[in-house]
Amino acid sequence: MLKVSNLSVDYGSTRVVKNLNLALGDDEVLMLVGPTGCGKTTILQALAGLIPISEGEIQLGPWRSTPKKSVPPEKRNVGMVFQDFALFPHLTVEQNVCFRLNDTALADHWLKLLGLENFRHAKPASLSGGQKQRVALARTLAHEPAFVLLDEPLSNLDAALKDSLRWEIREALKAAGIPAIWVTHDQEEALSIGDRVGILNGGELEQLDTPETCFSEPASRFVARFLGEASFLPGQLLQSQVDTELGMAPGIPIDGVTGEVDLLMRPDDLSLVPSANGNGVVDWVRYEGCSRLYAVTVGSGAQVRVRTSHEVHAEPGNRVQLAIITTHPLAAFARS
Amino acid sequence: MNPRYGLRWPASYPLALVIAVLALVPVGVLMGLASDSAELFDAHNLKVLTNTLLLMFFTVLGSVVIGVPLALITAYVQVPWRKLWLIVLAAPLAIPSYIGAFTLYAAFGRGGEIQQLLGLPMPSVKGLAGATLVMTLYSYPFVMLTTRASLLSLDASLVNAARTLGMTVGVSLWRVVLPRVATGIAAGALLVALYTLSDFGTPAIMRLDTFTRVIFVEYNAFGLSQAAMLSLQLLVIVGLVLFLESRVRGSKERPGRHLTLWPSRGQKWLMVLVFAPVILLSIVLPLVVFGVWLMREGTGGFDFSYAWNSAHASFLAALVAVILAIPVAHAAIAGRAGRFMERLTYFGFGVPGIVMGTALVYVGLQLPFLYQTLGLLVLAYVLRFLPLAVGSVRSTAEGLDPSLVKAARLLGASPREAFQRITLPLTIRGMVAGAALVFLEAMRELPATLMLGPTGFETLATYLWRVYEAGYFGRAAIPGLLLVLMSALGLALMLSGERRAEFDVTGK
Repeated sequence: MLKVSNLSVDYGSTRVVKNLNLALGDDEVLMLVGPTGCGKTTILQALAGLIPISEGEIQLGPWRSTPKKSVPPEKRNVGMVFQDFALFPHLTVEQNVCFRLNDTALADHWLKLLGLENFRHAKPASLSGGQKQRVALARTLAHEPAFVLLDEPLSNLDAALKDSLRWEIREALKAAGIPAIWVTHDQEEALSIGDRVGILNGGELEQLDTPETCFSEPASRFVARFLGEASFLPGQLLQSQVDTELGMAPGIPIDGVTGEVDLLMRPDDLSLVPSANGNGVVDWVRYEGCSRLYAVTVGSGAQVRVRTSHEVHAEPGNRVQLAIITTHPLAAFARS
Repeated sequence: MNPRYGLRWPASYPLALVIAVLALVPVGVLMGLASDSAELFDAHNLKVLTNTLLLMFFTVLGSVVIGVPLALITAYVQVPWRKLWLIVLAAPLAIPSYIGAFTLYAAFGRGGEIQQLLGLPMPSVKGLAGATLVMTLYSYPFVMLTTRASLLSLDASLVNAARTLGMTVGVSLWRVVLPRVATGIAAGALLVALYTLSDFGTPAIMRLDTFTRVIFVEYNAFGLSQAAMLSLQLLVIVGLVLFLESRVRGSKERPGRHLTLWPSRGQKWLMVLVFAPVILLSIVLPLVVFGVWLMREGTGGFDFSYAWNSAHASFLAALVAVILAIPVAHAAIAGRAGRFMERLTYFGFGVPGIVMGTALVYVGLQLPFLYQTLGLLVLAYVLRFLPLAVGSVRSTAEGLDPSLVKAARLLGASPREAFQRITLPLTIRGMVAGAALVFLEAMRELPATLMLGPTGFETLATYLWRVYEAGYFGRAAIPGLLLVLMSALGLALMLSGERRAEFDVTGK
């Protein structure tokens, strides 16, 4: 089991990773997500032993790495899937996958499972992006690592491929029974693939929990905004109900707040009906195909976003009637 | 990149430092030697300085006048066999200018080959005008190639925009394109200046008293300290040009669409007419002259050992240069101090061969075990051409994706295994290319070989020189043709590099 305690990493005098604590289950897929420059790739490199750590320790089975006594990368039994694939250009697919293997049975297994049989003797340069990423994954898994690090493995691929390949990778990891830390900047990828999701901001872990909890009970406004469309509606928290200008809604206090709160509204927590004497005015509308996204200013001056079926139609400036339709409790933050 | 991090110096630093200091030895030697010289600067010196500067100025001018239009044509105009034209137009760069000087000198003038063959009286090619003509013919490709590279990096939409705003092609090239490639032109012009300053063969054959010719005369008259003083004066001018070159740094533009112009049939013929003389004089004429000599005199006087000597000394130089280049290139990538050491090794490239020869002759006189040995000649080659090897090794090593080594380490390979199985196989091409460049340059080197070759050690280049001095021109055919062949190989090597870069730009 991978255990990271109080890990900090410095680049010169700047601390880019602050006091990170993590423990990874047996075949768990942990997604680390955050904006550019939040330190997520640095964490992977530190875990792999590619950069020195400043404080804390990393422990995995038989080895333990500290700032004083660093374990070199080749002794860690860690697999890594790189953003740019890092396939050895002078070796064939098969030679890449078998790089340090004496017994090639496992290599054959992964080549077959990932549909690479026909490319065995091809050089990486002749492969497509998706095929390269499969080879990189096969190479990593065939070397039987104790855990796998994935550094934005899909960011160099096009959108249609990303969707299918992310599931292929997850299934391969689960089939191998190997735990993984997967770094991404795509919150949708993080929520759909991860067993747990860690949200990083400025080198610190803001929240580490299941995707559902992170999304519906974010630990901070930053997490709320990062994981999806978020608007905040002022209200009064009374026991477990929040009284807002759009009606009562079940609420969960974040950090034990009471009284004046801002309620986190996702676009699907509200309904919208065009109405000449409605409680809001449409600021703008975006057509999204199956749906429309509206920005509506309500009486208190707050702007909320509402997603409706594409059949509901209102123009900017029209009055609309909003209502809270959610049955699950909404996160209530202290009034800012 | 250091696998065990820490604040230690990279392992390559001490070695790179030693090599960098070695590269500075010639200058130190010259300073010591020149202090014995009686004359700092006299009237004859002024004449030499004037000749040198005039030759440099007119050669730069001529190279820009020929090189820039050729750059525009090779970069933008769609003609059949584009690639072939580019190769032919770049070819003079690879041919040593003394070959051109020799053949032009022999072909023109009263009783020259042209008059003998065609019966047409021809003006003679010599002096400042002759040297300028030869140097221009063999150095304009510097301007053409640097300008062309800048042109290819420009976004052509600007020209198209200018044309939609009502400018003709010519005016938009002049007002929209050329101002943006000024730094490219300047970079090429400075290379031409450096090349002209350090060239020995052309002024010597054209009987123009420039620094390089006078240094050789002084050396032959046992005026070693006077030669050293002149060498230092030449180095000051070289230093000034190098300084100017270091200041020429163009602002990089965002690469964009590529411009293509489709000329009419008449325009094509016009281009051929204007530029045919350049190719005729720089490439066809030497080949024809050597061919005529070969038919007239056969292979008389040529001994195969000359070619073997050339190859032997050049091979040793190439081998040593690449071995020394590895730590220097490693240091250059490892950190700022290493980059500085690499810069120091580039010093030798700016030192003209005749100056390097003067310095090492003196070293040989002081260290008897080196005097008149092949080792001293190889050392001169290595000091002069090391930058070619360093540049080649470094650029392939830099092109190496750092995550490849990381990936190998994470798959369980030790730093040593990662080096052997990943880094080495992927950089060996650069080493071979670097060695080949050094080999070909050393094959063609003339002045240092003349001064440092052991007694009786005749190479292709020195044999050609002796034939010229003795006036048995006909015997130059075989060594001349062999040197042109070497040049063709060198050109193929350089162009394979340029073509790779081109493919990268177009993303194919």
